[in-house]
Amino acid sequence: MAFLSYLIGGLGLGSVYAIIALGYSMVYGIAKMLNFAHGDVIMVGAFMAYFAISKYHLPVLVGVVLAVVVCTILGVVIERLAYKPLRHASSLSVLITAIGVSYFLQNSAMLLWGTDTKIFPTVLSGSLTVGSLSVPYLTLITILTCIVIMIVLTLFINRTKTGRAMRACSEDKGAAALMGINVNRIISITFAIGSGLAAIASILLVATYPSVYPTLGSMPGIKAFTAAVFGGIGSIPGAFLGGLVLGVVENLSRAYISTQLSDAIVFMVLIVVLLIKPTGLLGKKVNVKV
Amino acid sequence: MLEIKDLYVRYGMIEAIKGISFEVRDGEIVTLIGSNGAGKTTTMHAISGLLKPASGSIMLDGVELTKTPNHKIVSMGLAQVPEGRRVFAQQTVEENLLLGAYARKDKDGIQKDLDHVYELFPRLLERKKQPAGTLSGGEQQMLAMARALMSRPKILLMDEPSMGLSPLLVKEIFHIIQDINKDGTTILLVEQNAKMALAIADRAYVLETGKISLEGTGEELSASEEVRKAYLGG
Ligand SMILES: Nc1ncnc2c1ncn2[C@@H]1O[C@H](COP(=O)(O)OP(=O)(O)O)[C@@H](O)[C@H]1O
Ligand SMILES: [Mg+2]
Repeated sequence: MAFLSYLIGGLGLGSVYAIIALGYSMVYGIAKMLNFAHGDVIMVGAFMAYFAISKYHLPVLVGVVLAVVVCTILGVVIERLAYKPLRHASSLSVLITAIGVSYFLQNSAMLLWGTDTKIFPTVLSGSLTVGSLSVPYLTLITILTCIVIMIVLTLFINRTKTGRAMRACSEDKGAAALMGINVNRIISITFAIGSGLAAIASILLVATYPSVYPTLGSMPGIKAFTAAVFGGIGSIPGAFLGGLVLGVVENLSRAYISTQLSDAIVFMVLIVVLLIKPTGLLGKKVNVKV
Repeated sequence: MLEIKDLYVRYGMIEAIKGISFEVRDGEIVTLIGSNGAGKTTTMHAISGLLKPASGSIMLDGVELTKTPNHKIVSMGLAQVPEGRRVFAQQTVEENLLLGAYARKDKDGIQKDLDHVYELFPRLLERKKQPAGTLSGGEQQMLAMARALMSRPKILLMDEPSMGLSPLLVKEIFHIIQDINKDGTTILLVEQNAKMALAIADRAYVLETGKISLEGTGEELSASEEVRKAYLGG
């Protein structure tokens, strides 16, 4: 029973990674860049939810909506101001800019909201007990949210006109433009979706680990990036699977091997997978096109 | 219909197009021939808005295209079949065709045109659920043409449709180009295969390292000594 409960806990953690990884992977798939500021968007979402719920005592749902709206706008604005001018620059310049944006967001948060750790209030307690197994409702909701997001996103990408245009942009932006697709608009939509998802992840994260501070996004950001690479960056099911596997491996190694070593084990698994399959679990071969 | 005046296009410091002027009139097939690196693709990209010209003007029915955002050009009636086909390999044939109609909103019309291009290219109908990347070169060329037709263009630009195809397929493709033209679509055809292109063209221009060196009717250029030497193998 202990094993099962660690496994479910791992799936909960993995669901948060998966939701963040989806944003990383979608942005990579379409804008062909690693948005290292993605983790810091999570931090902003967590602060928004904290202020709404803890400081202004607004309903939890209002906190969620506020976080999603602010992060979505933030993601689009970051892309417009920082990345769009670099559309034709080298990928190294873009990467350095993304790291710069990440520090900018962290330092702005320190300046605006202080460096002290704020405690996120308990928004959902209690557990579902089946026999001797007891699973927190929060974990169940986290896993469920991840599954719903995954299904809706897959339908959106595969079945809608905008989704088709996103896939076209990910293959060949020039040809997409020849179809009359506004490529800049598609990139904006991608950042909006990724950042909106980051906001949802941020709330699930701080509801489980209730500390809110300016660098809170770094570690989950790196883990989610790992999950995206692990699953095959650019692939949506890959991000989902990568996130879940990562969460489970991390939780089980924390439980059975060592808390200190769990992160090292996670990265070791990543390296082994990439050695065997360089494109990640579900990755396709990278299209090299001009 | 399409009028290019004093067009200059640069890649950084390299001047690829050095002040060319030409026009395509309603209902014509006009061809732009020239050897590899002459600037044919650069010209096509400038017209479709993929490249911003350094100076000059590109008018489509009186509207300045150099001032129009590239995603609006398709709905103004100009489509391009790009060099190397550039179909969306991971999407199905039908999804590629629907992307061709991306700028349109008339659902019934789109369905009608789908039926129409499947009639024109029956091989695409058989393969409509297949990823475009699994098609042969000739089929991909047909898909790229059908995809461009899905936007219902007044003028269709084609960049080396014969590239990499067998002589038999090239013949078939050129027949289809003539059929499309007879249906009322104006055509600007770019080719290295000068013989075939001149045979179907009403008028032609020769592009040489970014400049137009000769112009005339298809027959005139086919008969011209210079063209025969340089492009038709003597
Ligand atoms: N992306 C690019 N960057 C720099 N130079 C280019 C680029 N594309 C084409 N060129 C140069 O511009 C000239 C014209 O190329 P292009 O238009 O592709 O010729 P064509 O289609 O007639 O073969 C060539 O000298 C080519 O090397
Ligand atoms: Mg060319």
